[in-house]
Amino acid sequence: MNAVVQLAYLAAAVCFVTGLHLMNSPPTARFGNRVSAAGMAVAVAATLVLVVRDGGPSGAGWLTLAIGVLAGSVAGVHSGRRTPTTAMPQLVSLFNAVGGGAAVLVGAHDLLDSPGVAVRVPAVLDVLIGGVTFSGSLIAAGKLHGVVPGRPIRLPGGSVPVFLLAAAGLGVGGAVAADRYTAWVLLALAGLALAIGVLGVLPIGGADMPVVVSLLNACTGTAVALVGFVLDNTVLVVAGALVGASGGILTKLMADAMNRSIPDIVLGGYGTGDGTTPQVTGAAAVRAIEADDAAILLAYARKVMIVPGYGLAAAQAQHAARELADLLAGRGIEVGYAIHPVAGRMPGHMNVLLAEANVPYEQMRDLDQANAELPRADVALVVGANDVVNPAARRPGNPVSGMPILDVDRAAHVIVIKRSMGSGYAGIDNELFTDPRTAMLFADARAGLGRLTAAVKVLVG
Amino acid sequence: MDDLTTGTVVIFVLGVLLGFEVIGKVPATLHTPLMSATNAIHGVVLAGAIAMAVTADDPLGYALVGVAGFFAAMNVTGGYVVTDRMLEMFRPAGDRAPRREEAPR
Repeated sequence: MNAVVQLAYLAAAVCFVTGLHLMNSPPTARFGNRVSAAGMAVAVAATLVLVVRDGGPSGAGWLTLAIGVLAGSVAGVHSGRRTPTTAMPQLVSLFNAVGGGAAVLVGAHDLLDSPGVAVRVPAVLDVLIGGVTFSGSLIAAGKLHGVVPGRPIRLPGGSVPVFLLAAAGLGVGGAVAADRYTAWVLLALAGLALAIGVLGVLPIGGADMPVVVSLLNACTGTAVALVGFVLDNTVLVVAGALVGASGGILTKLMADAMNRSIPDIVLGGYGTGDGTTPQVTGAAAVRAIEADDAAILLAYARKVMIVPGYGLAAAQAQHAARELADLLAGRGIEVGYAIHPVAGRMPGHMNVLLAEANVPYEQMRDLDQANAELPRADVALVVGANDVVNPAARRPGNPVSGMPILDVDRAAHVIVIKRSMGSGYAGIDNELFTDPRTAMLFADARAGLGRLTAAVKVLVG
Repeated sequence: MDDLTTGTVVIFVLGVLLGFEVIGKVPATLHTPLMSATNAIHGVVLAGAIAMAVTADDPLGYALVGVAGFFAAMNVTGGYVVTDRMLEMFRPAGDRAPRREEAPR
């Protein structure tokens, strides 16, 4: 029987790996996720067989487990279905938090049974790492949702309190590993881990949250692998290791795309997360434009590139953008969307938002494709993007230096829809806005796009 | 260290290497769905919550089982549902329902 369960675990692991592999390309990605879900069903079913064969939980054990799992499933499916696409990043962070929380509880419960050293060591690490991801992910979700301030919250003493807490956590963890502990010591261990998560994420700006969520996701994977060592369960080990490694790679890719280093992000203090800092040093040279004049530029162009940014995501203007694009495409104008890898709130988030608004996948251009096409574009319409189109990135010596950007300034005309002259996350002026070929349409992304669409309709009947 | 634990360490290391290889090939546009997909996979901690129910034998243990079951089930079901919703949007254009309410003028 044990061999059957182990083979089922192997099948589940194969499904997880195959599923992730199928997520390499958009056409097979959804099928890949379903393969992974099927593997999950097999893993859970095999575990049920395993525990029943071992005598199973008591009646009260079954009851509490069933109630918890049922309530959790309802909460997970409901929030997964109902949450608007713009709020998905914080939802993923919330799911990551509860995964870490479950890992902590399983590890702590095993430690209450006075296990041997081969269980105590992974269980201690699991409680520490899982506790940090639980509280850290909740703070990250709060920052993304706006219930916790997005700006970096500086602590007295900078990073020192977190390092002191980490040292205390390792000290208490060492005592537990050496089998000198009571239930109160375990509580202190979990409390220290939770405090590290809160104080570790609070000083990090909202702009860096995607990288933080990804990093915490990798940490949860590692904690789950450690639970696998505690329970001597192979499917937990292999799935946790898979997530830990893939999450680590993903975190590195995200940080690279934003031109940030992971240590810099973790130490915190960069960016406001709000993008409304008034810096009007270049305001004198800015050319404002009305929707009617901008509509003329758009209606008589041959090629228009729409450049969506965080402002479009925040204003939920993806449908308004698609409406304008459809109107222009209906006039025979070639329309494309130039999507920066970190546009929106997470890498790839902009693609999700635009796809939700039924923008055809073929109209979306990645960075390299967009930069090949922008010099041929008559109009580049920048909607709520800032740092990702700042030409200063091509020069050394400023906060965005070296960051890959969209070459919007190479288009014949540039129209920027933006609420104000406020700077982006990097907190520096954008010389694109003062370029002679750039016209600024000061409006909220959705309102501005709506006015443009109305003006184009009036213009062309 | 006994044989069983050594075997588990081998599985762990191979799992890490596999994770590095599988992710290196995914395009940037799929990064958010991918993070969500890996997030759902660590919901396998549900198997840990089930195994934990076997050894629970006092009110504290039952309470921990209930909460761990709630957390893990929310992680795994929500993770897969929200990933599926994200990926549903990447369907090829031909598969979609008609998207224009009115013909463009």
